[in-house]
Amino acid sequence: MIRVEDLEVTFGAGRDAVRAVRGVSFAVAPGESFGLVGESGSGKSTVLRVLAGLNTRYRGVAEIGGIAAGRGDRRLPRLVQMVFQDPYGSLHPRHTVDRALSEPLEIHGIGDANARVARALEEVGLGPAFRFRYPNQLSGGQRQRVAIARALMLEPKVLLLDEPTSALDVSVQAEILNLLKRLRASHRLTILLVSHNLAVIAHMCDRLAVMNRGAIVEEMDSEALRRAAPREPYTRQLLLASRGYDRAVAAGLVTYD
Amino acid sequence: MRGWRARLLSDTPASRRDAALGRLYRGWLAFRQNRLALLGLAIVLLLVAVAAFAPWIATHDPYEQNLPQRLLPPGSAGHWLGTDEFGRDIFSRIVYGARITLLIVVLVAAIAAPIGLVVGTAAGYLGGWVDSALMRITDVFLAFPSLILALAFVAALGPGIENAIIAIALTSWPPYARLARAETLTIRGSDYIAAARMQGAGTLRILLRHVMPLCVASVIVRVTLDMAGIILTAAGLGFLGLGAQPPAAEWGAMISAGRRYVLDQWWVATFPGIAIILVSLAFNLLGDGVRDVMDPRKR
Repeated sequence: MIRVEDLEVTFGAGRDAVRAVRGVSFAVAPGESFGLVGESGSGKSTVLRVLAGLNTRYRGVAEIGGIAAGRGDRRLPRLVQMVFQDPYGSLHPRHTVDRALSEPLEIHGIGDANARVARALEEVGLGPAFRFRYPNQLSGGQRQRVAIARALMLEPKVLLLDEPTSALDVSVQAEILNLLKRLRASHRLTILLVSHNLAVIAHMCDRLAVMNRGAIVEEMDSEALRRAAPREPYTRQLLLASRGYDRAVAAGLVTYD
Repeated sequence: MRGWRARLLSDTPASRRDAALGRLYRGWLAFRQNRLALLGLAIVLLLVAVAAFAPWIATHDPYEQNLPQRLLPPGSAGHWLGTDEFGRDIFSRIVYGARITLLIVVLVAAIAAPIGLVVGTAAGYLGGWVDSALMRITDVFLAFPSLILALAFVAALGPGIENAIIAIALTSWPPYARLARAETLTIRGSDYIAAARMQGAGTLRILLRHVMPLCVASVIVRVTLDMAGIILTAAGLGFLGLGAQPPAAEWGAMISAGRRYVLDQWWVATFPGIAIILVSLAFNLLGDGVRDVMDPRKR
């Protein structure tokens, strides 16, 4: 469903050029849930933005359902949608929930908007009372539910998730993750999830890839992650670091290049 | 009474219209806190009322000359504010002048603000050579003081109230373009624009429905604050004989005519001047209040 091969993304030019993504390759099968994990600046979000079509300056292959991303193909909006990290920045401040959800239907000339919007709100656990609110009348978790509903309005087959819970309260994070899990099953979604949180990835994904400095260090399945049996030293270090701050671990951290 | 208030302030509006109205009502409640802005609004509304009902408010025909009664002081023979050098009633002329002032302000705002908004958002959103081209044109207009540029336009187009309006509009859009462009640059990279693009929204739809609604607020604020300047520029053109032509009752032209008598018959120039100051001040106060309510940076 998703195919990425020798993906290269460079920001800037000349001496200031930064190779954000260096030769990344992976594939995600239909219905699979794949995680990209890594620390800040590892290039995981850049890979996601390439697939979302928001970064068109890449080299290599980035395909969804056999269609190259970021090349203006009109079929892509109904095939792939994305949920952004910050629910405070991903909803238009002057659009009501109703308008945010009906706009994609309007763009693609899909009728029956009224019923579809009501159903979508129902599906993400927001009642009809929320329908005509503005984003500033919603909490962070409610906003993220609206953003998820919006991403599903066009009934895409692939959902890209960019740290969908990291901007939320811990108490809300689990709700959103469970909602995503449920929707994945009911919509038979293929999911690509980017996160720095190994627990989130282990909870959500079948398979994952660990990224460091723009390259994939290791690919494994979640079972291996849960058994804490990674092969690569970088992954082992990431796993240790994710268990919370520990003076001994912090002192032993190494930079892998 | 309580019914519609509760409906407007409800956290669960029942339709898009209710949601929009509720938003407006909350804005009005915030605006109401500002006493000076309310005063400004009252004066502006008074100006509108005076302009609309001028024939009923004026005590005399503003164009009727009565040479035996020329230059009468205020309060004499039914002329509250006196008469000018042709014996015309100054009060009636100021009342009719409100029409011209309002016409100028409304038309200039209606021409300049949309031009600025379109140029600015297009430049900011599209970037690249479109941005460079549009902004260089804007710079050319900004390089001249607006009154001087308006003078040049009027000199080229010929004097008259319509040409004055066109000239003022042509010189006042660049600041709005600048403002809208700056705002657009901060909006362009936001996630909700990225989301709209992913949904397949075209450039035109994004500009009209996503970017412009967010820029409108600051442009409206700026326009309201600029209205005083527009009135002064119009009065300045009238004063120089390039705006409204005699015998039209335009406040700037009235001051210009009264200038010759300012030492002996002070009222001829003073009352139109007071009208200009009052209305300019009112628009400024109103603009201040509107900014407090609408400026996105203050939210």
